[in-house]
Amino acid sequence: MFRQAASRVLFRSSAAARARPFSTDLAAAASPDETFVEAWKKVIPNIEPPKTPLSFMTPRPATPSSIPSKLTVNFVLPYASELSTKENGMTVLPRRMLVFNPRILQYASNVDMVIIPASTGQMGVLPGHVATIAELKPGVMSVHEGDKVVKYFVTSGFAFVHSNSYADIIAVEAVPIDQIDPALVQKGLADFTQKLSSASTDLEKAEAQIGVDVHSALNSALTS
Amino acid sequence: MAMAALRREGKRVSTLISSPNLRSSLAPSEEQVSFGVRSISTQIVRNRMKSVKNIQKITKAMKMVAASKLRAIQVRAENSRGLWQPFTALLGDTPRAAIGFVLHLADIVEVWLWFSLDWLGGNLLSTASLIQSSNFACLHFVALPGVDVKKNVIVTISSDKGLCGGINSTSVKMSRALHKLNAGPDKEGKYVILGEKAKAQLIRDSKKDIEISITELQKNPLNYTQVSVLADDILKNVEFDALRIVFNKFQSVVSFLPTTATILSPEVVEKEAEAGGKLGDLDSYEIEGGETKSEVLQNLTEFQFSCVLFNAVLENACSEQGARMSAMDSSSRNAGDMLDRLTLTYNRTRQASITTELIEIISGASALTG
Repeated sequence: MFRQAASRVLFRSSAAARARPFSTDLAAAASPDETFVEAWKKVIPNIEPPKTPLSFMTPRPATPSSIPSKLTVNFVLPYASELSTKENGMTVLPRRMLVFNPRILQYASNVDMVIIPASTGQMGVLPGHVATIAELKPGVMSVHEGDKVVKYFVTSGFAFVHSNSYADIIAVEAVPIDQIDPALVQKGLADFTQKLSSASTDLEKAEAQIGVDVHSALNSALTS
Repeated sequence: MAMAALRREGKRVSTLISSPNLRSSLAPSEEQVSFGVRSISTQIVRNRMKSVKNIQKITKAMKMVAASKLRAIQVRAENSRGLWQPFTALLGDTPRAAIGFVLHLADIVEVWLWFSLDWLGGNLLSTASLIQSSNFACLHFVALPGVDVKKNVIVTISSDKGLCGGINSTSVKMSRALHKLNAGPDKEGKYVILGEKAKAQLIRDSKKDIEISITELQKNPLNYTQVSVLADDILKNVEFDALRIVFNKFQSVVSFLPTTATILSPEVVEKEAEAGGKLGDLDSYEIEGGETKSEVLQNLTEFQFSCVLFNAVLENACSEQGARMSAMDSSSRNAGDMLDRLTLTYNRTRQASITTELIEIISGASALTG
Protein backbone atom coordinates (compact mmCIF):
# COMPACT_ATOMS: atom_id res chain seq x y z
CA MET A 1 0.00 0.00 0.00
CA PHE A 2 2.63 2.45 1.05
CA ARG A 3 4.87 1.24 -1.64
CA GLN A 4 2.19 1.94 -4.19
CA ALA A 5 1.55 5.35 -2.81
CA ALA A 6 5.20 6.09 -2.93
CA SER A 7 5.48 4.98 -6.51
CA ARG A 8 2.46 7.04 -7.40
CA VAL A 9 3.98 10.10 -5.85
CA LEU A 10 7.18 9.41 -7.67
CA PHE A 11 5.35 8.98 -10.93
CA ARG A 12 3.42 12.14 -10.46
CA SER A 13 6.47 14.17 -9.70
CA SER A 14 8.26 12.84 -12.74
CA ALA A 15 5.20 13.48 -14.91
CA ALA A 16 4.98 17.00 -13.61
CA ALA A 17 8.62 17.52 -14.34
CA ARG A 18 8.09 16.34 -17.87
CA ALA A 19 5.00 18.42 -18.44
CA ARG A 20 6.46 21.62 -17.08
CA PRO A 21 10.09 22.10 -17.85
CA PHE A 22 11.98 24.88 -16.22
CA SER A 23 11.10 28.29 -17.45
CA THR A 24 14.61 28.78 -18.70
CA ASP A 25 14.17 25.88 -21.10
CA LEU A 26 11.44 27.66 -22.97
CA ALA A 27 13.59 30.39 -24.35
CA ALA A 28 16.08 28.01 -25.85
CA ALA A 29 13.56 25.73 -27.49
CA ALA A 30 13.08 28.03 -30.42
CA SER A 31 10.22 26.91 -32.60
CA PRO A 32 10.10 27.50 -36.34
CA ASP A 33 8.98 30.98 -37.10
CA GLU A 34 5.26 31.26 -36.51
CA THR A 35 4.87 34.79 -37.73
CA PHE A 36 6.41 33.78 -41.00
CA VAL A 37 3.95 30.94 -41.39
CA GLU A 38 1.09 33.26 -40.51
CA ALA A 39 2.14 35.90 -42.98
CA TRP A 40 2.65 33.25 -45.61
CA LYS A 41 -0.84 31.89 -45.14
CA LYS A 42 -2.31 35.37 -45.50
CA VAL A 43 -0.60 36.04 -48.79
CA ILE A 44 -0.42 32.59 -50.33
CA PRO A 45 -3.19 30.51 -48.83
CA ASN A 46 -3.06 27.63 -51.27
CA ILE A 47 0.56 26.60 -50.84
CA GLU A 48 2.05 25.15 -47.70
CA PRO A 49 4.75 27.40 -46.30
CA PRO A 50 8.27 26.13 -46.86
CA LYS A 51 10.35 24.77 -44.04
CA THR A 52 13.06 26.87 -42.51
CA PRO A 53 16.40 25.58 -41.26
CA LEU A 54 15.42 25.91 -37.63
CA SER A 55 12.83 23.16 -38.00
CA PHE A 56 15.59 20.69 -38.80
CA MET A 57 17.69 21.58 -35.82
CA THR A 58 17.69 20.20 -32.35
CA PRO A 59 17.32 23.19 -30.06
CA ARG A 60 20.33 24.11 -27.99
CA PRO A 61 19.96 24.24 -24.23
CA ALA A 62 19.77 27.55 -22.42
CA THR A 63 22.67 28.97 -20.49
CA PRO A 64 22.88 26.98 -17.28
CA SER A 65 23.20 28.84 -14.01
CA SER A 66 26.32 26.96 -12.99
CA ILE A 67 29.24 26.34 -15.27
CA PRO A 68 29.19 22.78 -16.61
CA SER A 69 32.30 20.67 -16.26
CA LYS A 70 32.53 19.84 -19.94
CA LEU A 71 32.54 21.86 -23.11
CA THR A 72 30.38 20.70 -26.00
CA VAL A 73 32.26 21.04 -29.24
CA ASN A 74 30.78 20.82 -32.70
CA PHE A 75 33.52 20.49 -35.23
CA VAL A 76 32.14 21.05 -38.71
CA LEU A 77 33.70 20.65 -42.13
CA PRO A 78 32.09 20.78 -45.58
CA TYR A 79 32.51 17.06 -46.09
CA ALA A 80 32.13 15.84 -42.55
CA SER A 81 30.80 16.99 -39.27
CA GLU A 82 31.18 16.09 -35.68
CA LEU A 83 28.05 17.37 -34.10
CA SER A 84 26.86 16.82 -30.60
CA THR A 85 23.32 16.86 -31.90
CA LYS A 86 22.45 15.44 -35.24
CA GLU A 87 19.60 16.77 -37.26
CA ASN A 88 16.05 16.03 -36.17
CA GLY A 89 14.56 12.85 -37.48
CA MET A 90 17.36 12.13 -39.87
CA THR A 91 19.03 8.80 -40.05
CA VAL A 92 22.73 8.96 -39.58
CA LEU A 93 24.62 7.29 -42.34
CA PRO A 94 28.04 5.87 -41.70
CA ARG A 95 30.34 8.85 -41.82
CA ARG A 96 32.68 9.03 -44.68
CA MET A 97 35.14 11.73 -45.27
CA LEU A 98 36.39 12.49 -48.66
CA VAL A 99 39.32 14.58 -47.65
CA PHE A 100 41.06 12.28 -45.26
CA ASN A 101 40.79 9.17 -43.24
CA PRO A 102 37.53 8.96 -41.30
CA ARG A 103 39.00 7.07 -38.39
CA ILE A 104 41.27 9.88 -37.48
CA LEU A 105 38.77 12.60 -36.82
CA GLN A 106 37.52 11.55 -33.49
CA TYR A 107 34.25 12.37 -31.96
CA ALA A 108 34.95 15.48 -29.99
CA SER A 109 31.69 16.16 -28.32
CA ASN A 110 32.21 16.62 -24.61
CA VAL A 111 35.71 17.77 -23.89
CA ASP A 112 37.60 19.73 -21.27
CA MET A 113 39.19 22.33 -23.43
CA VAL A 114 39.88 23.31 -27.01
CA ILE A 115 42.58 25.63 -28.20
CA ILE A 116 41.56 27.51 -31.32
CA PRO A 117 43.93 29.28 -33.71
CA ALA A 118 42.03 32.58 -33.81
CA SER A 119 43.37 35.31 -36.04
CA THR A 120 44.18 37.33 -32.93
CA GLY A 121 46.23 34.50 -31.43
CA GLN A 122 45.72 31.11 -29.87
CA MET A 123 42.53 31.04 -27.84
CA GLY A 124 41.87 28.47 -25.13
CA VAL A 125 38.19 27.73 -24.62
CA LEU A 126 37.06 26.20 -21.35
CA PRO A 127 33.50 25.60 -20.18
CA GLY A 128 31.88 28.89 -19.25
CA HIS A 129 33.94 30.92 -21.73
CA VAL A 130 32.48 34.26 -22.61
CA ALA A 131 30.44 34.26 -25.84
CA THR A 132 32.78 34.97 -28.70
CA ILE A 133 32.92 35.02 -32.46
CA ALA A 134 36.41 34.46 -33.77
CA GLU A 135 37.92 34.19 -37.19
CA LEU A 136 40.40 31.39 -37.62
CA LYS A 137 43.77 31.50 -39.27
CA PRO A 138 45.81 28.52 -40.42
CA GLY A 139 47.09 26.82 -37.33
CA VAL A 140 46.76 24.02 -34.87
CA MET A 141 43.52 23.31 -33.08
CA SER A 142 43.92 20.98 -30.15
CA VAL A 143 41.16 19.20 -28.31
CA HIS A 144 41.89 18.23 -24.71
CA GLU A 145 39.92 15.45 -23.16
CA GLY A 146 41.32 14.13 -19.92
CA ASP A 147 44.99 13.50 -20.64
CA LYS A 148 44.28 12.85 -24.28
CA VAL A 149 45.10 15.62 -26.69
CA VAL A 150 44.06 15.48 -30.33
CA LYS A 151 45.62 17.99 -32.65
CA TYR A 152 44.30 19.08 -36.02
CA PHE A 153 45.66 21.50 -38.51
CA VAL A 154 42.83 23.76 -39.67
CA THR A 155 43.14 26.05 -42.64
CA SER A 156 40.55 28.73 -41.99
CA GLY A 157 37.04 29.28 -40.84
CA PHE A 158 35.12 30.60 -37.90
CA ALA A 159 34.59 29.65 -34.30
CA PHE A 160 31.56 30.59 -32.23
CA VAL A 161 31.67 30.12 -28.50
CA HIS A 162 28.23 30.37 -26.95
CA SER A 163 27.46 31.30 -23.40
CA ASN A 164 25.93 27.87 -22.77
CA SER A 165 29.36 26.21 -23.07
CA TYR A 166 28.81 25.20 -26.65
CA ALA A 167 31.56 25.81 -29.12
CA ASP A 168 31.00 25.59 -32.86
CA ILE A 169 34.09 25.37 -34.99
CA ILE A 170 33.61 25.62 -38.73
CA ALA A 171 36.68 24.92 -40.77
CA VAL A 172 37.06 24.65 -44.50
CA GLU A 173 39.58 21.88 -44.13
CA ALA A 174 41.17 20.09 -41.23
CA VAL A 175 43.77 17.37 -41.05
CA PRO A 176 45.06 15.48 -38.04
CA ILE A 177 48.62 16.63 -37.51
CA ASP A 178 50.24 13.23 -37.69
CA GLN A 179 49.00 12.82 -41.25
CA ILE A 180 51.05 15.69 -42.57
CA ASP A 181 54.20 14.86 -44.44
CA PRO A 182 57.04 17.19 -43.32
CA ALA A 183 58.97 16.74 -46.54
CA LEU A 184 56.02 17.92 -48.62
CA VAL A 185 55.53 20.88 -46.33
CA GLN A 186 59.16 21.94 -46.80
CA LYS A 187 58.84 21.56 -50.53
CA GLY A 188 55.59 23.56 -50.63
CA LEU A 189 57.11 26.28 -48.50
CA ALA A 190 60.10 26.57 -50.82
CA ASP A 191 57.82 26.60 -53.86
CA PHE A 192 55.57 29.34 -52.56
CA THR A 193 58.50 31.45 -51.32
CA GLN A 194 59.94 31.31 -54.78
CA LYS A 195 56.57 32.15 -56.30
CA LEU A 196 56.20 35.11 -53.95
CA SER A 197 59.51 36.55 -55.03
CA SER A 198 58.73 36.11 -58.70
CA ALA A 199 55.08 37.27 -58.53
CA SER A 200 54.31 40.21 -60.76
CA THR A 201 50.61 40.98 -60.27
CA ASP A 202 48.85 41.72 -57.01
CA LEU A 203 46.68 38.62 -57.36
CA GLU A 204 49.67 36.33 -57.81
CA LYS A 205 51.39 37.98 -54.89
CA ALA A 206 48.38 37.49 -52.66
CA GLU A 207 47.99 33.86 -53.68
CA ALA A 208 51.65 33.16 -53.05
CA GLN A 209 51.44 34.96 -49.70
CA ILE A 210 48.56 32.73 -48.66
CA GLY A 211 50.58 29.69 -49.67
CA VAL A 212 53.58 30.86 -47.68
CA ASP A 213 51.42 31.62 -44.65
CA VAL A 214 49.74 28.22 -44.69
CA HIS A 215 52.97 26.34 -45.18
CA SER A 216 54.87 28.23 -42.54
CA ALA A 217 51.97 27.62 -40.14
CA LEU A 218 52.14 23.94 -41.06
CA ASN A 219 55.86 23.98 -40.53
CA SER A 220 55.64 25.54 -37.12
CA ALA A 221 52.84 23.13 -36.21
CA LEU A 222 55.07 20.21 -37.05
CA THR A 223 58.16 21.48 -35.31
CA SER A 224 56.47 22.52 -32.09
CA MET B 1 -22.72 -4.49 -59.85
CA ALA B 2 -24.57 -7.18 -61.66
CA MET B 3 -26.06 -4.49 -63.87
CA ALA B 4 -22.66 -3.17 -64.72
CA ALA B 5 -21.40 -6.61 -65.58
CA LEU B 6 -24.42 -7.18 -67.76
CA ARG B 7 -23.96 -3.93 -69.57
CA ARG B 8 -20.33 -4.73 -70.18
CA GLU B 9 -21.27 -8.11 -71.52
CA GLY B 10 -23.94 -6.57 -73.73
CA LYS B 11 -21.49 -4.12 -75.17
CA ARG B 12 -19.12 -6.89 -76.02
CA VAL B 13 -21.82 -8.83 -77.80
CA SER B 14 -23.00 -5.78 -79.68
CA THR B 15 -19.51 -4.98 -80.89
CA LEU B 16 -19.13 -8.53 -82.00
CA ILE B 17 -22.28 -8.58 -84.03
CA SER B 18 -22.34 -5.05 -85.34
CA SER B 19 -20.94 -4.34 -88.76
CA PRO B 20 -17.62 -2.51 -88.93
CA ASN B 21 -19.01 0.90 -89.82
CA LEU B 22 -21.33 0.85 -86.85
CA ARG B 23 -18.64 -0.12 -84.45
CA SER B 24 -18.26 2.16 -81.48
CA SER B 25 -15.50 4.69 -81.77
CA LEU B 26 -14.33 3.73 -78.30
CA ALA B 27 -12.66 0.61 -79.60
CA PRO B 28 -8.88 0.96 -79.99
CA SER B 29 -7.62 1.73 -83.44
CA GLU B 30 -5.78 -1.54 -83.81
CA GLU B 31 -9.08 -3.35 -83.64
CA GLN B 32 -10.65 -1.35 -86.39
CA VAL B 33 -10.11 -3.95 -89.00
CA SER B 34 -13.31 -5.14 -90.60
CA PHE B 35 -14.56 -8.33 -89.10
CA GLY B 36 -14.66 -10.55 -92.11
CA VAL B 37 -11.17 -9.79 -93.42
CA ARG B 38 -9.13 -12.93 -93.53
CA SER B 39 -5.67 -11.76 -92.42
CA ILE B 40 -5.80 -9.23 -89.65
CA SER B 41 -2.64 -7.18 -89.67
CA THR B 42 -0.91 -7.15 -86.30
CA GLN B 43 1.93 -5.02 -87.61
CA ILE B 44 0.82 -1.85 -85.82
CA VAL B 45 0.49 -3.57 -82.47
CA ARG B 46 3.85 -5.24 -82.90
CA ASN B 47 5.55 -1.94 -83.66
CA ARG B 48 3.92 -0.31 -80.72
CA MET B 49 4.99 -3.16 -78.46
CA LYS B 50 8.54 -2.79 -79.65
CA SER B 51 8.63 0.93 -78.95
CA VAL B 52 7.09 0.53 -75.51
CA LYS B 53 9.67 -2.12 -74.72
CA ASN B 54 12.45 0.22 -75.76
CA ILE B 55 11.06 3.03 -73.64
CA GLN B 56 10.90 0.69 -70.72
CA LYS B 57 14.51 -0.25 -71.23
CA ILE B 58 15.52 3.39 -71.25
CA THR B 59 13.57 4.29 -68.14
CA LYS B 60 14.95 1.27 -66.32
CA ALA B 61 18.47 2.29 -67.20
CA MET B 62 17.78 5.86 -66.10
CA LYS B 63 16.47 4.57 -62.82
CA MET B 64 19.63 2.55 -62.26
CA VAL B 65 21.82 5.54 -63.07
CA ALA B 66 19.81 7.79 -60.74
CA ALA B 67 20.03 5.21 -57.96
CA SER B 68 23.78 4.94 -58.16
CA LYS B 69 24.20 8.71 -58.37
CA LEU B 70 21.86 9.14 -55.46
CA ARG B 71 23.90 6.84 -53.28
CA ALA B 72 27.04 8.84 -53.90
CA ILE B 73 25.44 12.20 -53.39
CA GLN B 74 23.35 11.24 -50.39
CA VAL B 75 26.43 10.58 -48.31
CA ARG B 76 27.84 13.95 -49.24
CA ALA B 77 24.59 15.75 -48.56
CA GLU B 78 24.21 14.17 -45.17
CA ASN B 79 27.79 14.92 -44.27
CA SER B 80 27.30 18.55 -45.21
CA ARG B 81 24.26 18.90 -42.99
CA GLY B 82 26.36 20.01 -40.06
CA LEU B 83 27.67 22.95 -41.99
CA TRP B 84 24.76 25.35 -41.61
CA GLN B 85 23.79 24.45 -38.06
CA PRO B 86 26.29 26.67 -36.20
CA PHE B 87 25.17 29.65 -38.26
CA THR B 88 21.54 29.05 -37.49
CA ALA B 89 22.41 28.61 -33.84
CA LEU B 90 24.23 31.93 -33.86
CA LEU B 91 22.16 34.09 -36.18
CA GLY B 92 18.81 32.39 -35.81
CA ASP B 93 16.21 31.78 -38.41
CA THR B 94 15.00 34.90 -40.11
CA PRO B 95 12.55 34.18 -42.86
CA ARG B 96 11.36 37.73 -42.17
CA ALA B 97 13.63 40.23 -40.58
CA ALA B 98 10.93 42.31 -39.01
CA ILE B 99 7.18 42.43 -39.21
CA GLY B 100 4.71 45.19 -38.82
CA PHE B 101 1.03 45.12 -38.37
CA VAL B 102 -1.58 47.74 -38.89
CA LEU B 103 -4.39 48.53 -36.55
CA HIS B 104 -7.36 50.34 -37.96
CA LEU B 105 -8.85 52.23 -35.08
CA ALA B 106 -12.36 53.10 -36.14
CA ASP B 107 -11.01 54.17 -39.53
CA ILE B 108 -9.57 57.34 -38.13
CA VAL B 109 -6.07 56.63 -37.06
CA GLU B 110 -3.71 54.10 -38.37
CA VAL B 111 -1.25 53.05 -35.84
CA TRP B 112 1.78 51.37 -37.11
CA LEU B 113 3.54 49.24 -34.64
CA TRP B 114 6.78 47.63 -35.38
CA PHE B 115 7.72 44.66 -33.38
CA SER B 116 10.77 42.61 -33.51
CA LEU B 117 10.03 38.97 -34.01
CA ASP B 118 10.85 37.28 -30.74
CA TRP B 119 9.11 39.98 -28.82
CA LEU B 120 6.11 39.48 -31.04
CA GLY B 121 5.89 35.80 -30.23
CA GLY B 122 5.33 36.42 -26.55
CA ASN B 123 3.38 39.62 -26.47
CA LEU B 124 1.33 39.54 -29.60
CA LEU B 125 -1.60 37.67 -28.17
CA SER B 126 -1.87 39.82 -25.12
CA THR B 127 -1.65 42.98 -27.21
CA ALA B 128 -4.27 41.73 -29.59
CA SER B 129 -6.68 40.73 -26.87
CA LEU B 130 -6.13 44.03 -25.11
CA ILE B 131 -6.96 45.98 -28.19
CA GLN B 132 -9.96 43.89 -29.06
CA SER B 133 -11.33 44.04 -25.56
CA SER B 134 -11.12 47.80 -25.55
CA ASN B 135 -13.49 47.90 -28.49
CA PHE B 136 -11.17 48.95 -31.21
CA ALA B 137 -12.55 47.86 -34.49
CA CYS B 138 -10.98 45.51 -36.93
CA LEU B 139 -7.53 44.60 -36.00
CA HIS B 140 -5.83 42.91 -38.82
CA PHE B 141 -2.42 41.85 -39.74
CA VAL B 142 -0.93 43.12 -42.89
CA ALA B 143 1.96 41.20 -44.21
CA LEU B 144 4.51 43.91 -44.39
CA PRO B 145 7.99 42.78 -45.11
CA GLY B 146 10.51 44.02 -42.63
CA VAL B 147 11.23 47.70 -42.89
CA ASP B 148 14.88 47.20 -43.19
CA VAL B 149 14.83 44.49 -45.80
CA LYS B 150 14.26 46.26 -49.06
CA LYS B 151 16.17 44.15 -51.51
CA ASN B 152 15.19 40.55 -51.38
CA VAL B 153 17.13 38.25 -53.62
CA ILE B 154 15.66 34.82 -54.07
CA VAL B 155 18.17 32.15 -54.95
CA THR B 156 16.22 29.39 -56.64
CA ILE B 157 17.99 26.09 -56.89
CA SER B 158 16.81 23.64 -59.51
CA SER B 159 18.18 20.94 -61.74
CA ASP B 160 19.55 21.17 -65.24
CA LYS B 161 17.76 18.13 -66.52
CA GLY B 162 14.13 17.21 -66.43
CA LEU B 163 12.38 13.90 -65.85
CA CYS B 164 12.64 14.27 -62.14
CA GLY B 165 9.09 14.68 -60.93
CA GLY B 166 7.89 17.94 -59.46
CA ILE B 167 10.92 19.19 -57.60
CA ASN B 168 11.72 21.97 -60.02
CA SER B 169 8.22 23.27 -60.24
CA THR B 170 7.99 23.12 -56.45
CA SER B 171 11.01 25.31 -56.01
CA VAL B 172 9.77 27.68 -58.68
CA LYS B 173 6.38 27.87 -57.01
CA MET B 174 8.00 28.56 -53.66
CA SER B 175 10.22 31.25 -55.16
CA ARG B 176 7.24 32.95 -56.79
CA ALA B 177 5.36 32.82 -53.53
CA LEU B 178 8.30 34.26 -51.60
CA HIS B 179 8.62 36.95 -54.22
CA LYS B 180 4.96 37.80 -53.76
CA LEU B 181 5.29 37.70 -49.99
CA ASN B 182 8.15 40.15 -50.06
CA ALA B 183 6.68 42.44 -52.68
CA GLY B 184 5.77 45.94 -51.71
CA PRO B 185 5.72 49.50 -52.97
CA ASP B 186 9.35 50.33 -52.28
CA LYS B 187 10.64 46.80 -52.27
CA GLU B 188 12.77 45.11 -54.78
CA GLY B 189 12.64 41.42 -55.48
CA LYS B 190 15.18 39.73 -57.67
CA TYR B 191 15.93 36.20 -58.67
CA VAL B 192 19.20 34.38 -58.92
CA ILE B 193 18.63 31.09 -60.65
CA LEU B 194 20.70 27.97 -60.47
CA GLY B 195 19.78 25.34 -63.02
CA GLU B 196 18.18 25.27 -66.42
CA LYS B 197 14.70 24.17 -65.42
CA ALA B 198 13.80 26.97 -63.04
CA LYS B 199 15.17 29.44 -65.56
CA ALA B 200 12.87 28.07 -68.25
CA GLN B 201 9.90 28.47 -65.95
CA LEU B 202 10.72 31.82 -64.40
CA ILE B 203 11.77 33.51 -67.61
CA ARG B 204 8.17 33.41 -68.76
CA ASP B 205 6.69 35.82 -66.26
CA SER B 206 9.53 37.48 -64.41
CA LYS B 207 12.21 37.95 -66.99
CA LYS B 208 13.03 41.44 -65.83
CA ASP B 209 13.62 40.32 -62.27
CA ILE B 210 16.19 37.68 -63.09
CA GLU B 211 19.57 38.98 -62.08
CA ILE B 212 21.83 36.03 -62.79
CA SER B 213 21.18 32.54 -63.97
CA ILE B 214 23.78 29.85 -63.67
CA THR B 215 23.56 26.47 -65.32
CA GLU B 216 25.59 23.32 -65.66
CA LEU B 217 26.45 23.29 -62.02
CA GLN B 218 26.58 19.56 -61.82
CA LYS B 219 28.93 18.84 -64.67
CA ASN B 220 31.58 17.93 -62.15
CA PRO B 221 30.71 16.40 -58.81
CA LEU B 222 29.75 19.18 -56.46
CA ASN B 223 32.49 20.37 -54.17
CA TYR B 224 32.93 23.17 -51.71
CA THR B 225 35.51 25.07 -53.72
CA GLN B 226 33.24 25.27 -56.73
CA VAL B 227 30.25 26.34 -54.66
CA SER B 228 32.22 28.98 -52.78
CA VAL B 229 33.43 30.46 -56.05
CA LEU B 230 29.82 30.51 -57.17
CA ALA B 231 28.73 32.14 -53.92
CA ASP B 232 31.44 34.74 -54.33
CA ASP B 233 30.19 35.43 -57.82
CA ILE B 234 26.67 35.96 -56.58
CA LEU B 235 27.79 38.17 -53.71
CA LYS B 236 29.85 40.32 -56.02
CA ASN B 237 27.20 40.84 -58.65
CA VAL B 238 24.01 41.14 -56.68
CA GLU B 239 23.00 43.82 -54.25
CA PHE B 240 20.91 42.44 -51.47
CA ASP B 241 19.57 42.94 -48.00
CA ALA B 242 18.46 39.38 -47.64
CA LEU B 243 19.23 36.33 -49.69
CA ARG B 244 16.61 33.65 -49.57
CA ILE B 245 17.76 30.30 -50.83
CA VAL B 246 14.95 28.06 -52.02
CA PHE B 247 15.71 24.38 -52.40
CA ASN B 248 14.27 20.93 -51.88
CA LYS B 249 15.59 19.29 -48.79
CA PHE B 250 16.09 15.60 -49.20
CA GLN B 251 14.23 13.52 -46.70
CA SER B 252 13.76 10.20 -48.41
CA VAL B 253 13.59 8.92 -51.96
CA VAL B 254 9.95 9.85 -52.16
CA SER B 255 9.71 12.92 -49.97
CA PHE B 256 11.36 16.29 -50.36
CA LEU B 257 10.70 19.31 -48.24
CA PRO B 258 10.69 22.69 -49.93
CA THR B 259 12.88 24.81 -47.70
CA THR B 260 13.99 28.38 -47.55
CA ALA B 261 17.13 29.53 -45.82
CA THR B 262 17.83 33.19 -45.24
CA ILE B 263 21.10 35.05 -45.24
CA LEU B 264 21.01 38.67 -44.18
CA SER B 265 23.52 41.18 -45.41
CA PRO B 266 26.12 42.32 -42.86
CA GLU B 267 24.54 45.77 -42.59
CA VAL B 268 21.16 44.31 -41.79
CA VAL B 269 22.68 41.93 -39.28
CA GLU B 270 24.41 44.80 -37.54
CA LYS B 271 21.30 46.95 -37.52
CA GLU B 272 19.13 44.14 -36.22
CA ALA B 273 21.63 43.29 -33.53
CA GLU B 274 21.75 46.88 -32.38
CA ALA B 275 18.00 47.22 -32.45
CA GLY B 276 17.85 44.18 -30.22
CA GLY B 277 15.52 42.27 -32.46
CA LYS B 278 15.81 38.61 -33.20
CA LEU B 279 19.54 38.97 -33.50
CA GLY B 280 19.80 40.87 -30.24
CA ASP B 281 21.89 38.12 -28.74
CA LEU B 282 24.62 38.87 -31.22
CA ASP B 283 25.56 41.98 -29.29
CA SER B 284 26.56 39.89 -26.31
CA TYR B 285 29.24 38.14 -28.33
CA GLU B 286 32.77 39.35 -28.25
CA ILE B 287 34.13 39.62 -31.73
CA GLU B 288 37.75 38.80 -32.31
CA GLY B 289 39.80 39.23 -35.42
CA GLY B 290 39.61 41.82 -38.15
CA GLU B 291 39.90 45.55 -37.64
CA THR B 292 36.26 46.36 -37.16
CA LYS B 293 33.15 44.55 -36.18
CA SER B 294 31.51 45.12 -39.54
CA GLU B 295 34.49 43.59 -41.30
CA VAL B 296 34.16 40.41 -39.27
CA LEU B 297 30.42 40.39 -39.84
CA GLN B 298 30.92 40.70 -43.55
CA ASN B 299 33.33 37.77 -43.55
CA LEU B 300 30.89 35.87 -41.42
CA THR B 301 27.89 36.40 -43.69
CA GLU B 302 29.91 35.58 -46.79
CA PHE B 303 31.15 32.40 -45.21
CA GLN B 304 27.63 31.63 -44.07
CA PHE B 305 26.29 32.07 -47.57
CA SER B 306 28.85 29.73 -49.07
CA CYS B 307 28.21 27.10 -46.40
CA VAL B 308 24.43 27.29 -46.62
CA LEU B 309 24.56 27.32 -50.40
CA PHE B 310 26.83 24.30 -50.41
CA ASN B 311 24.41 22.33 -48.31
CA ALA B 312 21.43 23.57 -50.31
CA VAL B 313 22.96 22.62 -53.63
CA LEU B 314 23.82 19.17 -52.36
CA GLU B 315 20.39 18.63 -50.85
CA ASN B 316 18.76 19.70 -54.06
CA ALA B 317 20.96 17.46 -56.17
CA CYS B 318 20.13 14.62 -53.85
CA SER B 319 16.40 15.34 -54.10
CA GLU B 320 16.73 15.50 -57.86
CA GLN B 321 18.26 12.06 -58.10
CA GLY B 322 15.73 10.66 -55.67
CA ALA B 323 12.84 12.19 -57.58
CA ARG B 324 14.24 10.95 -60.86
CA MET B 325 14.61 7.50 -59.42
CA SER B 326 11.02 7.31 -58.27
CA ALA B 327 9.73 8.92 -61.47
CA MET B 328 11.62 6.45 -63.62
CA ASP B 329 10.49 3.60 -61.43
CA SER B 330 6.85 4.48 -61.92
CA SER B 331 7.28 5.07 -65.64
CA SER B 332 8.93 1.69 -66.15
CA ARG B 333 6.04 0.17 -64.24
CA ASN B 334 3.59 2.02 -66.47
CA ALA B 335 5.43 0.84 -69.56
CA GLY B 336 5.19 -2.72 -68.25
CA ASP B 337 1.45 -2.35 -67.76
CA MET B 338 1.06 -0.96 -71.23
CA LEU B 339 3.10 -3.79 -72.67
CA ASP B 340 0.89 -6.33 -70.92
CA ARG B 341 -2.22 -4.74 -72.36
CA LEU B 342 -0.75 -4.63 -75.84
CA THR B 343 0.39 -8.23 -75.64
CA LEU B 344 -3.10 -9.23 -74.65
CA THR B 345 -4.60 -7.37 -77.60
CA TYR B 346 -2.02 -8.80 -79.94
CA ASN B 347 -2.62 -12.37 -78.83
CA ARG B 348 -6.35 -11.98 -78.93
CA THR B 349 -6.28 -10.60 -82.44
CA ARG B 350 -3.99 -13.35 -83.61
CA GLN B 351 -6.18 -15.99 -82.04
CA ALA B 352 -9.27 -14.45 -83.60
CA SER B 353 -7.73 -14.52 -87.04
CA ILE B 354 -6.71 -18.17 -86.61
CA THR B 355 -10.18 -19.08 -85.46
CA THR B 356 -11.72 -17.26 -88.40
CA GLU B 357 -9.50 -19.06 -90.83
CA LEU B 358 -10.29 -22.41 -89.27
CA ILE B 359 -14.01 -21.74 -89.43
CA GLU B 360 -13.71 -20.78 -93.03
CA ILE B 361 -11.80 -23.93 -93.90
CA ILE B 362 -14.14 -26.17 -91.98
CA SER B 363 -17.27 -24.60 -93.34
CA GLY B 364 -15.85 -24.78 -96.86
CA ALA B 365 -15.01 -28.45 -96.41
CA SER B 366 -18.41 -29.27 -94.97
CA ALA B 367 -20.09 -27.44 -97.84
CA LEU B 368 -18.20 -29.62 -100.30
CA THR B 369 -18.98 -32.91 -98.57
CA GLY B 370 -22.57 -31.99 -97.68
